[in-house]
Amino acid sequence: MTPSPLVPTGGATVRAVNDEFHGDLLEVSMGPHHPSTHGVFRMVVTLDGERITKLKPVLGYLHRNHEKIGESTSYLGSMPYTDRLDYLNAMTNNWAYALAVERLGGLSVPERAEYLRVILAELSRLQNHVCLAGFLLQDTGASGTPLMYAFREREKILDLFEALSGSRMMCNFQRFGGCRTDASPAWLAQVAALVGGFGRFLDEFEELITGNEILMARTQGVGVLKGPAAVAAGITGPMLRAAGVGYDIRKVDGYGLYPRFTFRVPIGAHGDTYDRYMIRILEMRESIGILEQALRDIPAGPIMDPKAKLRGFRPKPGESYGRIEGPKGEIGFYLISDGSANPYRYRVRPPSFVNLTVLEDLCLGHTIADSVVILGSIDIVLGEVDR
Amino acid sequence: METPDQICSRILSRLPGAEVSVLQNPGPAAQHSLLVGRQSVLEVAEFLRDDPELRLDYCSNVTGVDWPEKIIVDVSKVSTPDPAGGAPKVTEVKTERVQPGYLEVVYHLYSVSLRHGPVILRTRTAGRDALAAVPSLTPVWRSAEFQEREIFDLFGVVFENHPDLRRILMWDGFKDHPMRRDYVEPEDYEWEPTPHGDLVEKAKKARAQAGGTPG
Repeated sequence: MTPSPLVPTGGATVRAVNDEFHGDLLEVSMGPHHPSTHGVFRMVVTLDGERITKLKPVLGYLHRNHEKIGESTSYLGSMPYTDRLDYLNAMTNNWAYALAVERLGGLSVPERAEYLRVILAELSRLQNHVCLAGFLLQDTGASGTPLMYAFREREKILDLFEALSGSRMMCNFQRFGGCRTDASPAWLAQVAALVGGFGRFLDEFEELITGNEILMARTQGVGVLKGPAAVAAGITGPMLRAAGVGYDIRKVDGYGLYPRFTFRVPIGAHGDTYDRYMIRILEMRESIGILEQALRDIPAGPIMDPKAKLRGFRPKPGESYGRIEGPKGEIGFYLISDGSANPYRYRVRPPSFVNLTVLEDLCLGHTIADSVVILGSIDIVLGEVDR
Repeated sequence: METPDQICSRILSRLPGAEVSVLQNPGPAAQHSLLVGRQSVLEVAEFLRDDPELRLDYCSNVTGVDWPEKIIVDVSKVSTPDPAGGAPKVTEVKTERVQPGYLEVVYHLYSVSLRHGPVILRTRTAGRDALAAVPSLTPVWRSAEFQEREIFDLFGVVFENHPDLRRILMWDGFKDHPMRRDYVEPEDYEWEPTPHGDLVEKAKKARAQAGGTPG
């Protein structure tokens, strides 16, 4: 029963596990340095032949105790650091943090800033989902082409972020009580041009790949997650909606100005990997609609609450929890103030960390090649998982 | 949705022995929470999940908060009558008492089926060291699984009946709990014993025996 010593074989570590009834099971340690694991993430997979019988995720390779750092700096000081959580979606991380601080300090946000937040969050959702589609297709073996098409569009959105905030990915744009810089009419015209062309890009992308036979064979019926199990495990975002549960925090909480916008919440029927891919495509189409409405209605006006005090901000003792519908799921911030300039407790509720809870359930019984596709469809970012 | 006070009184009518009270949040957010004793937290959690009016089926956020022991100074005024018949002399007497420290676990609950929330559930450990234990709520909400592991790892709260209580973010051999308020970072926490360390010690000894300066 003693396992044989570890034998390193390229990217994976393989060990034979002796089992009296099933012959040899194989324990494969996938990662942390493996191109398919989207960062430094490790899965310890036990295999019976090619089928997965057990899977344990191993995290923490990127852990830097983000929360402790948040407690040792001021409220404003944490804002740029939230960019580094889910580094694809700095805009939504900023918004969730700003929302929690605004609740803690009782601040309001001017209307124009709320519109800008919606525009930036939906742009962020577009580029996150388009990246995810590219990565997922890459994981299924559609090597290169779809990912490059996806990145071409993403780059256009990042250019817009850079024009507004000065940085492609580490935007540090939202402030509690508003936004940092105002958008010029020229910038809004550029956004309108991008939004106008995005639907055509999606049509092209879908024509290229959505009906592809190999994609269907690799993803349909793979990694099925049912609604009640998903709710119990705290799954949020596109993954929950692919499982057939219509829960979108933009609709449920109605934070920001989302109640003003007309949009639908796409819901999956099967909860498999293909549904998780399709939900993202459909959500992008809804985001285009939200962006068109926002660009049509955005008013002129101030972008900061005049009462908001960014430096030396000392909220009254109390606590608050603010959450928004990020592209990956519910991103929330929980803050406790003791009246000093630093938060007493600063907590991030990371969506992709909680979404990993069901990884083993989804992979059991599937082949090891499918585990890579299933992991890709969960959409994790290790900056957020490990914090 | 019902207010925390209404939920609290309904819990008390259903589970008469439960220790539940409402903890006010003085800030503008006004998100008040239910403070539940650790003996009754499991049955209260099951009630919150299964009650048809609440149906809090989704546990969103689980986190720990460290409250180290605090020295509270009580100031009381004692007036002694002046024997000469003047105004009584008032002296301030300061008494210090120690409020024992504890760790708190906070659960943010929502209902996906009824679309309401949050209801905030808090429970506290008896102390910060050997007594830092609360029942795990992973059997009630599976989403607590990884987050309770994280609290165990970073705060050192032991969750009784957790299915897989191991460190999750720090490595297995790590000793301390870095999210505690009194955590002191070691000078070099990536230090690992290597054969070179022994060799350097040996060389130092040899040099000292030869009467040279330790290098």
